[in-house]
This record gives sequence, C-alpha cells and structure tokens, in this order.
Amino acid sequence: MPWDRNQMAERAAQELEDGMYVNLGIGIPTLVANYVGDKDITLQSENGMLGMGPFPFEGEEDPDLINAGKQTITELPRTAYFDSATSFGMIRGGKIAAAILGAMEVSEKGDLANWMIPGKLVKGMGGAMDLVAGVGRVVVVMDHTNKHGESKVLKECTLPLTGKAVVDRIITNLGVLDVTHKGLHIVELAPGVTREEMIASTEATIV
Amino acid sequence: MKKVYANAAEALDGVLFDGMLIAAGGFGLCGIPELLIAAIRDAGTKDLTIASNNAGVDDFGLGVLLQTKQVKKMMSSYVGENAEFMRQYLSGELELEFNPQGTLAERMRAGGSGIPGFYTRTGVGTVIAEGKEHKDFNGETYILEEGIFADLSIVKAWKADTTGNLVFRKTSRNFNPPAAMCGKVCIVEVEEIVEPGELDPDNIHLPGVYVHRIVQGEHEKRIEQRTTRKKEDA
Repeated sequence: MPWDRNQMAERAAQELEDGMYVNLGIGIPTLVANYVGDKDITLQSENGMLGMGPFPFEGEEDPDLINAGKQTITELPRTAYFDSATSFGMIRGGKIAAAILGAMEVSEKGDLANWMIPGKLVKGMGGAMDLVAGVGRVVVVMDHTNKHGESKVLKECTLPLTGKAVVDRIITNLGVLDVTHKGLHIVELAPGVTREEMIASTEATIV
Repeated sequence: MKKVYANAAEALDGVLFDGMLIAAGGFGLCGIPELLIAAIRDAGTKDLTIASNNAGVDDFGLGVLLQTKQVKKMMSSYVGENAEFMRQYLSGELELEFNPQGTLAERMRAGGSGIPGFYTRTGVGTVIAEGKEHKDFNGETYILEEGIFADLSIVKAWKADTTGNLVFRKTSRNFNPPAAMCGKVCIVEVEEIVEPGELDPDNIHLPGVYVHRIVQGEHEKRIEQRTTRKKEDA
C-alpha cells in the first residue's frame, strides 16, 4: 500500500533532527508538525516568527498572531518575533536548516516548480523562491503522480521554476528519492511498492 | 517637531499625488494600515503603484483601493485572496510585478538604508531573473535586485510615543518596519500613543527617526483564516 497523506508527513518528520530550525510549507508539509514527537524542533513562520505553537482554542484567536498561511496560531515560551526583512535574512543566510515543501513538479536535477501554471490563476510565489534558494536542505513532499496519473517526477520540469537544482530529497506516496548527480536514487519504498512500480511511475531517470 | 495628527486624513494632507509610489506594511490582513488605506480611498489619489506583500481581500485592506480603481500597479509576492484584483489583472487594467517575498522585504530595507541594489540567489534560474544582471560570487550565481525608494510609507504599529518610536505586536510586525524605512515620508497608524519615556528604550522595534507622522485610531483587525482546536484535543 502506498503511503497516504499522514504517512507521507510522518515519513517527512524523520528528516528532522533535534535542534533544527525548520520551515514547513502549506498542505501535507503542515501535517509534519504532528509527527515530530520528542524531537526539539523550532518551527519558523516566514511572516516573522520562530517557535510557532499550535492553533488557539476557540475564543482565544489573536488577529496579530498568524502563520504564513494566514491561519491564527499561538506562541510558545521560546517564541521570537521579527520583521519580514530579518525573517528572510535568516532564510537567505542559511540559518534555517530545512524546508519541507509541496510541489507540482520536481526534476531529476532537483529543479522545483510549485508556484505557477501558465494560463491559470497566478497567485504568486510568496516566500517559496527565497526558501529554496536559502535553506540548508529542501525536502519535497507530494503525490507521485497528478490527477491524470502522470508522473510529477520528471526529467525536466514543464512549469515555470521556483528554483533550479534546489531539491535534496523527494518524499511521495510511493517512497523516498534522493537527487544525485547521476539521477534519482531510491532511498526507500513505501510498504508493498516494488522498485519496478516506482520506476514505471517515474518519468525521471532512476539510477 | 509635531508628529501626532488628529486623524488619517490630516496625516495624509499634502503628501498624496497621482502616480506616486507607496510602500505599505502588513502580511495578509495582519498589521495592515487600514485607517490610512481608507483615507487614501477618500482622497481619491489615482494611478498608484503600491509595494505590498499582498493586495488585501475584496472589501478590506488594499482591496478597497482596487475597488475604486486607484491602483495602477502592484509589487507583491502573493495576491491570491482577491477576486477583483484577478479581474483587473486578467483584463489588463492592473499591472503586477511579482517579487519573491524575501526579495521584496529586502528591497524595502535596502531602499531605506541607502542601498540602491544588492545581489541575491533567490530567483536564479526562474522568470524572476530574466533581464537582471547575473554575477558569480565564490562559485555561486546571484542576481541584482534594486532597493525600493517610495514616495510614501503607510504602516501600522501597536504603540508609538509622540516622537515616533514604535513597538509592534506579535506577527503584525511583518513588513511594517522595512516598509516604514523606504519612504521619503512615513506615516504610521497605531492603537495607542504614549509620552516619551513610557516605552522601554531597549525595546523599541523601529526608532522614531524613520517616522514623520503618527495617527491613533480604532482598528477592525479582521482575521483572514480563523483556525482553532478543541480543548479536548489538547
């Protein structure tokens, strides 16, 4: 059985190590926070916060306290607030150890496309281009194929890029792939998924 | 040195002109200068270029200036929450310059710090890099981005003293300090104005040197995505 959304998030949480400062994207990456367990992880929200806490209890929402998805959140004893220029200074400056992000397409060279579909509604890249260019390690979590069953792991991205050669690791419902100089390397397969199935579902080169 | 004005309209008196560049603070609807936006709507200033991370929603934030068609161009990183924005953009009435969020913040900070340009890795190999100078440092390629020098900054803080020293609250700080820095004139709206000495000098988030005019008022502070958990989940 391939992994479901929560199992992908649980697998992605294994990428995090004690003491890391981490930025989680919107969608499945947000679920990763549910699986960090006892690890000492500090979550960054790029609108200006380190030490992001859980959602508030009903009636305790504060309009001055939101995450980068504009959701109401809470602070923790370790929380620090800062402005957007400082926030992206720590991102661009490599102080954030890892970002876990969703994607529309990833190439075997580590190119990432996750912000724009030409001809469709363009909302903007937000902080995604800064994150992939700046953080120590970029882990993509996404479904292996799109709703038409086509591979999202490609030789070359077809959509406009968010970053070139920026992705280190890809976690999909089928397993875990690393971007290497020679091509994609299978690190792990989801339970019941064979190497042949992974290769058949992947347009990119698997070595 | 009188910085405190009675209301947003008076604070804007004499600084608005058609075709001007305005830098606005805020992230989503959090920490936006809602009183100054409303006063600019009432003033009817046209052909505005606005540097702001987002464009508000249809009936709140910068969305109100889109409704009245006062905006010619937006410089933003994410504009997904605004149907009127999309309508005007797709029909060609509104120009849009996408900036990566960190690049936009740094362009404002740089402009306010007397830095006309800086190199960044953000956007290299993407459409953002097209037409921009590329330069290698230590084997890595960077692109040149330019500082923003705005005619006017409109920002929201929590508290100001009468000399313009500012304190922000939680994540409503966001783009407000860099936006405040990059304007020739900076007008701040606050929830509370206090006397000098009442704010801890060690805890001033933005010194009053950047702030020219201050106005106090009531803020709606609308929540965009109200997200909660149940007590029994804790």
